[in-house]
Amino acid sequence: MQESSSIGLVAPQTAHFKDPLTLKSGEILPQFDIVYETYGTLNAAKSNAVLICHALSGNHHAAGKHANTDKHPGWWDNLIGPGKPLDTNRFFVIALNNLGGCHGSTGPASINPATGKPWGSRFPMVTVEDWVASQARLADHLGIHQLAAVVGGSLGGMQALQWTLHYPDRVRHALVIASAPNLTAQNLAFNEVARQAIMTDPEFYDGDYYEKDAVPRRGLRIARMLGHITYLSDDAMGAKFGRKLRDGNFKYNFDVEFEMESYLRYQGDKFATAFDANSYLRMTKALDYFDPAFACHGDLSLALAKAKAKFLVVSFTSDWRFSPARSKEIVKALLDNELSVSYAEVTAAHGHDAFLMPDAHYHQILRAYIDNISTGTSA
Amino acid sequence: MSTKFAQAAENRHDFALIAKWIQPRSKVLDLGCGDGALLGYLRDKLEIKAYGVENDDANLLDCISNGISVIQMDLEAGLAGFDSLSFDYVILSQTLQAMVNTEGVLREMLRVGKQGIITFPNFGYWRHRIQLMAGHMPVSDRLPHQWYNTPNLHLCTIDDFESLCDKMGIRITDRIVINEGTTVGFMPNLLGSLAIYRFEQAWPITY
Repeated sequence: MQESSSIGLVAPQTAHFKDPLTLKSGEILPQFDIVYETYGTLNAAKSNAVLICHALSGNHHAAGKHANTDKHPGWWDNLIGPGKPLDTNRFFVIALNNLGGCHGSTGPASINPATGKPWGSRFPMVTVEDWVASQARLADHLGIHQLAAVVGGSLGGMQALQWTLHYPDRVRHALVIASAPNLTAQNLAFNEVARQAIMTDPEFYDGDYYEKDAVPRRGLRIARMLGHITYLSDDAMGAKFGRKLRDGNFKYNFDVEFEMESYLRYQGDKFATAFDANSYLRMTKALDYFDPAFACHGDLSLALAKAKAKFLVVSFTSDWRFSPARSKEIVKALLDNELSVSYAEVTAAHGHDAFLMPDAHYHQILRAYIDNISTGTSA
Repeated sequence: MSTKFAQAAENRHDFALIAKWIQPRSKVLDLGCGDGALLGYLRDKLEIKAYGVENDDANLLDCISNGISVIQMDLEAGLAGFDSLSFDYVILSQTLQAMVNTEGVLREMLRVGKQGIITFPNFGYWRHRIQLMAGHMPVSDRLPHQWYNTPNLHLCTIDDFESLCDKMGIRITDRIVINEGTTVGFMPNLLGSLAIYRFEQAWPITY
């Protein structure tokens, strides 16, 4: 095993884009900011860049710490760093906050230049395609024509896949982890419940709560609680909480009694103070809309015919939200197009969240694949 | 990387024999591909488009380290995910005898591939027969396990395999039987320890 360590202290940067971005919905974002972080050094040929795409509630802070006093490092710190599976001694890693987010990139809480007020309800719908287009602008801004790899889990995996379709010559490898070619009806249903929880919160004010000095915390909290249930497997929940009681006995009231309730309330509260409800609504819609086969009459193989990249597809056995069967659909479509693809179905108990965990075999797979990614330009 | 696979082939006489049956730049699927050594050898030698199927985590990891495209799946469940006749060759190297669903995997090989290539240890090899006559289950270089820990379920002789092919409408196009790296022409079912076959569907099947 190689020595690995944290990337250390990192600082976010902001890129401002003056040219308008026409979105898939037809709406136009007149200008926008993207906040991002980079880890490692871009080589002279600018051929060693790897883009990290975040999932539903992620952001640009993927590795390292902003201050030594930070309690936790970035959300994928176990993957990214010197000597880690995505080795910053070899690669220049870019992580960004997607448009519509709430961590610095232009989103619903940003000021709409046309009105001088927060966008709020008027912030347009953004899609995976729009994100990839904006990420390509960021790559241009950094002087990078071709990415060595795009890496993402869940909604991030959808972006990695979309890169290979939208910019087939600009990405050499795509790592599509715990993802799917589109959402199932059940997944659409979960997203709708999450959105209804937010939109029926009296503090939501049709999305224009910023001006009212209100925050639809209760709705966002419930949306997040629901999400957390679906990201874990029944087994993982059982192992972690089971039917454990906080005080050992029933109290016959509605206070927190089970540890499970305590965990969900804690996660919901934590998230509701850190995330913006309008962003959450748009992230779930981006998930719902993603469906590259839609324009090809449901034929995913036809949709993926544009891709040229090499692929690593990874799924987790206990992930019922983005099940192995969905990853296999992607693999099948890649095989139909005779593309280079490896597929690993990792035995893991953690459900959908497994893609963020440092499972030894999972990380060995990623390391083995990434070690074979050349940092030179493709022939 | 190329020298690595060439070195592996030096200890595996069947690799070079299989390579003779494979057209350059064709598309090859290796079922139960292990660490990907055969595919790597064929890819370096013949520029084939190579894919492996492997269900074992450690083998899968070796394949990925070796730069071999590999799909993790259980062969016993069939080859759903691979289109019919989407490969020129489907190889099953020293794995048939460990399969539960022997006929199923043969059928799937010829559904997905235009031709199948298979290797298996010949149970009819004379050393195996002598051990049986002495009252013991055979143990040899080709069958290294004891009866109680062998992964093998469906051992067969050369004659047995050919009978099954006949029954299933599979036409054998080529056969090589070897023993200790040398081709055996005379009484192969007695004198050969490893059989290598190339075969195809005898009549067209529409899927």
